Amino acid sequence: MIRFVIQRVLLIIPTFLGAALLTFVLIHAIPGDPVQMLLGEKVIDPVRHQELLAQIGLDKPLPIQFVDYVWNVLQGDFGKSIQSKESVLSDFFQLFPATLELAFCAMVFAVVIGIPAGVLAAERRGSVYDHTLMGAALTGYSMPIFWWGLLLILFFSLYLGWTPVSGRIDLDYYFEDGTNFMLYDSLVSGQEGAFASAVSHLILPTIVLGTIPLAVIARMTRSAMLEVLGEDYVRTARAKGLSGFRVVGIHALRNALIPVVTVIGLQVGTLMAGAILTENIFSWPGVGSWLVNSIYQRDYPSVQGGVLLIAGFVILVNLSVDLIYGLLNPRIRGRR
Amino acid sequence: MKVRLITATAAFALMLGTAMSAQAASTLRYCSEGSPEGFGPQLFDAGTTLDAVRPVFNRLIETKFGTTDPVASLAEKWEVSDDGLTYTFHLRQGVKFHTVKGFKPTRDFNADDVVFSFNRMLDKNNPYHAVNGGTYAYFEGMGMPDKMKSVEKVDDMTVKVTLNAPEAPFIAELGMEWASILSKEYADQLEKEGKKEQIDLVPVGTGPFVFVDYQKDAVIRYKANKDYWRGKQKVDNLVFAITKDPAVRKAKLEKGECDIYPYPAAADLAELKANPKLTVEESEGPNVAYMIMNNKMKPWDNKIVRQAVNMAINKDAIVKAVFAGGAKPAVNPLPPTIWGYNDAVKGYPYDPAKAKEMLESQGVKDLKVDLWYQPVSRPYNLDGKKMGELMQADLAKVGINVNLVTYDWAEYLKRMHAGESPLGQIGWGADIGDPDNFMYLHGCGGTGNPPGQNNEKWCNNEYDALLKQGLETSDQAKRVEIYKKAQELIHEEAPIVPIVHSVTFMPMSKKVDGYVIDPLGIHNFENVGLK
Amino acid sequence: MSEAAKTAGTIVATPAPVLTPRREVWLSLKSNRGAMAALILILLLILCAIFAPLLAPHDYAAQNVDIALTPPAWAEGGNSSFLLGTDGIGRDILSRLIYGSQFSLMIGLIVVTLSLTVGVLLGLVSGFHRGTVDTLIMRLMDIILALPSLLLAIVIVVLLGAGLANAMIAVAITNIPHYARLTRAAVMSELTKDYVVASKVAGAGTLRLMFKTVLPNCLAPLIVQSTLGISSAVLDAAALGFLGLGAQPPTPEWGTMLADARQYIDSAWWVVTFPGLAILVTVLAFNLLGDGLRDALDPKLKR
Repeated sequence: MIRFVIQRVLLIIPTFLGAALLTFVLIHAIPGDPVQMLLGEKVIDPVRHQELLAQIGLDKPLPIQFVDYVWNVLQGDFGKSIQSKESVLSDFFQLFPATLELAFCAMVFAVVIGIPAGVLAAERRGSVYDHTLMGAALTGYSMPIFWWGLLLILFFSLYLGWTPVSGRIDLDYYFEDGTNFMLYDSLVSGQEGAFASAVSHLILPTIVLGTIPLAVIARMTRSAMLEVLGEDYVRTARAKGLSGFRVVGIHALRNALIPVVTVIGLQVGTLMAGAILTENIFSWPGVGSWLVNSIYQRDYPSVQGGVLLIAGFVILVNLSVDLIYGLLNPRIRGRR
Repeated sequence: MKVRLITATAAFALMLGTAMSAQAASTLRYCSEGSPEGFGPQLFDAGTTLDAVRPVFNRLIETKFGTTDPVASLAEKWEVSDDGLTYTFHLRQGVKFHTVKGFKPTRDFNADDVVFSFNRMLDKNNPYHAVNGGTYAYFEGMGMPDKMKSVEKVDDMTVKVTLNAPEAPFIAELGMEWASILSKEYADQLEKEGKKEQIDLVPVGTGPFVFVDYQKDAVIRYKANKDYWRGKQKVDNLVFAITKDPAVRKAKLEKGECDIYPYPAAADLAELKANPKLTVEESEGPNVAYMIMNNKMKPWDNKIVRQAVNMAINKDAIVKAVFAGGAKPAVNPLPPTIWGYNDAVKGYPYDPAKAKEMLESQGVKDLKVDLWYQPVSRPYNLDGKKMGELMQADLAKVGINVNLVTYDWAEYLKRMHAGESPLGQIGWGADIGDPDNFMYLHGCGGTGNPPGQNNEKWCNNEYDALLKQGLETSDQAKRVEIYKKAQELIHEEAPIVPIVHSVTFMPMSKKVDGYVIDPLGIHNFENVGLK
Repeated sequence: MSEAAKTAGTIVATPAPVLTPRREVWLSLKSNRGAMAALILILLLILCAIFAPLLAPHDYAAQNVDIALTPPAWAEGGNSSFLLGTDGIGRDILSRLIYGSQFSLMIGLIVVTLSLTVGVLLGLVSGFHRGTVDTLIMRLMDIILALPSLLLAIVIVVLLGAGLANAMIAVAITNIPHYARLTRAAVMSELTKDYVVASKVAGAGTLRLMFKTVLPNCLAPLIVQSTLGISSAVLDAAALGFLGLGAQPPTPEWGTMLADARQYIDSAWWVVTFPGLAILVTVLAFNLLGDGLRDALDPKLKR
């Protein structure tokens, strides 16, 4: 078992380095430079322009810049943002809680609705429920979420006026030295109405970001359940007269969950991509919109650092899923 | 169970949603259009960032509210030497810097602060010069490293600034954000603590509001400066809620989630004006959008072709479609709100038939050419793409088939500065209320070699001579005449097509009291109250 | 074997006459109502794209500022000449949607062709030449998969310049790993089979083995993945368009139309609603067809 874990952990190192190299090459190949972004429509003397580039450290040959960069990253230094002049790590960790909170809520939303929906569809296979649920799931899976978000804002925020339009919490609430996990901050602050306000701001973004994972989980649960329900021991249990709920809910579901857990893990990467669009639509102050903006601003350290940290996060989540899967299913371990 | 609890609280929140905002009677909430790059007034050039640092700082010179006239601020009075090279500033007594977490000032504002603030940018040996990147974009962009020679302390309350060449608009230029006065005492303390970077992260100034906190990409908080030398503010707190989408800003204002916001979408103006709970303040913006014709490329080196293109663009349609009426068709490269504007110049009429005839007379027929459209929304051009589509249709009518092209903003600017664009949109917003700030864009400094900002790459020695004369003359009446002549010249030569001067709109709740639109397009919350 | 697979098996088994594999697939597909509906929808879409100049009531690029933001025909203030209303500079939305179908189909096809070709080649090479080459290729695929796809696509588009062609290249690159992995897995399982061993013994060259012997036997999952790939390509390209990095004006690409529409969310719902609906229906159709094909081609994969 330990060998399996070590093997898997060692495998992520080249992936991580490769991701660093790929982003580095791509981002530096983009024409246009950060000094011009800072200047806007204004122009300065080309010699001075070059000097300023040198000040940011962009005058050295690229391979040297890359080696420097990796060396610094290994020491935990992701550099400073050209835009904000702050350390990339501190920028990232100011924004990451917002993305994490949103992604977490979206995942909870997807799991809480997706698994029961899948179970119900499998249990009533071929019924109206099954068709409706799976039709809905496929629609959700096909949803352009940027459009979906606009529609929801149009209907719930603008037309009905039920939900706030954007932001994470009402502006009247302020938590000094908060963690930036708004649900947590608002709850421990004890300020009246703060938690409710945070929740109400989360509803629409959660639905938008959770739609595709919800569809995937519901479809996966259904097919895994069908597989399990067809197996002998379930039939035996049924024949023995165990109630439908006990059979479906306890015996079958437990076994069906193994592939579902894997799918949930794989959805984390999808969530990060979806977060870029969701954050864009809801003005959500997370890492997705920050990264896109940094690309436009040619803020190389921010883009590199941000992409690496996110890739690292995705890799780690996938690794944990792998390990959990290995634990749940000893056959896998032996094979690798 | 948990699920039910969450739904219940959510429903509760929805019910209370509007009631809750009532408690904050003295917080002015501004839905700003983007995130500030940071809080160092010297480091940045973007309007959004400058809006965010402005509440914290004062400058030696500021503009009078609602005008472009320079008035005394931290400098009470000043003298200029006869050769126009030396400026002596007498500083204001008893001005206090802010107290923030970790810093409490022990002395009032004095000459050391002024010298430190300028020398940080000017003097490469200043211990703070390289801190936080060492790129002073606005200062550099205005050419200040070449213009300013030195800044020296004469006594505690007197400072002498020496220039390399006469610069008539210098006093006005000192009203810009890069000239904000920082606290030297704060800088010294940070240096001792080894936290120099803090100086641009937690700003300390003398301005009307004290910086409290910035939640990145979300909220900026300020509180009123109790000891402000122009008197305490009418509100207790100022909050910027960063909201990038104009439709969302509008919805937030309508729902009472903010009190005032900038850059409304043109399509929303009619509805905003009709809302009885809101007012929409407007004022002509100090800006110009124009289309360049690259004079170094054929056939745009031909004056008649350029004049014809000036007649081919339907500016009224652009005003209507892109700005929903919130703009004025432009005639000159200078906006009418800046002094020195030449009313006598009459714009080229919109006359596609005549334009086509003129083009054909010069052998320009079925021309295929790239037109660059701006990829970002700027105050002078809200929607470059839409404007481009309209221009495309207009030019097709006179036999010029345009292929719309864009790059992302950094690349767009760089390539356009390098002269790669045959036809293209660009524009300018005023930094100061001085005609030179607009007219210099089209000059070549008498070299025949166009600098980057001269995007149309047009050089004219007569024009360059006028510009030089304008900078060296200190008498304003004479300068008006000089710039009027320059406008006539540029009209006749037609190196660009002036498109529009956009109107600045500020939708706000009727509760907002005393907001004055600044003619330089900045957003200023000093002395704004809530009824 | 799963219950689902058994049912599929029995349906095929009962009518005894000889079935070519292709006919077998078709029969199974025909019995799937969802897939048939999707197929009809896709055919309609193709017709729509081919005959766009005949079907569209107006020129998709013709502007008229005076009739900007006309609501749909049935709504108050609507005009029957503009069935789905007009956009911000007075262009007919219906005509733009009809022409837009050309772009969506083209995006789907080109992206899938690109990523399929490159992915299959990489997968074949990887599967045949185990060892260093394999490791390198598969690591590269892992790296691409570790980066959020949209982010990678954005970086690539910014690098190459905004535009439809570059957006398609970017989306294609982010999709390559799926095909490469699938092909490699299929190749590896085929390589152990007797017929491959037999042709190896008979002296078949590597290229012949790759393309004539092994590849045809890996086609089933690739066909399914390609169909599903069309839908994700349409979605991703639309997302890039929405972020302003896709098709350039006046191209009536649906995602780009949505990006423009955003400013009217509060004042003109029709500008926002219809392009999104068009994307949804198209993507849904390809997903339905993909699901149906999967069931038909590989009963084991049946969901």
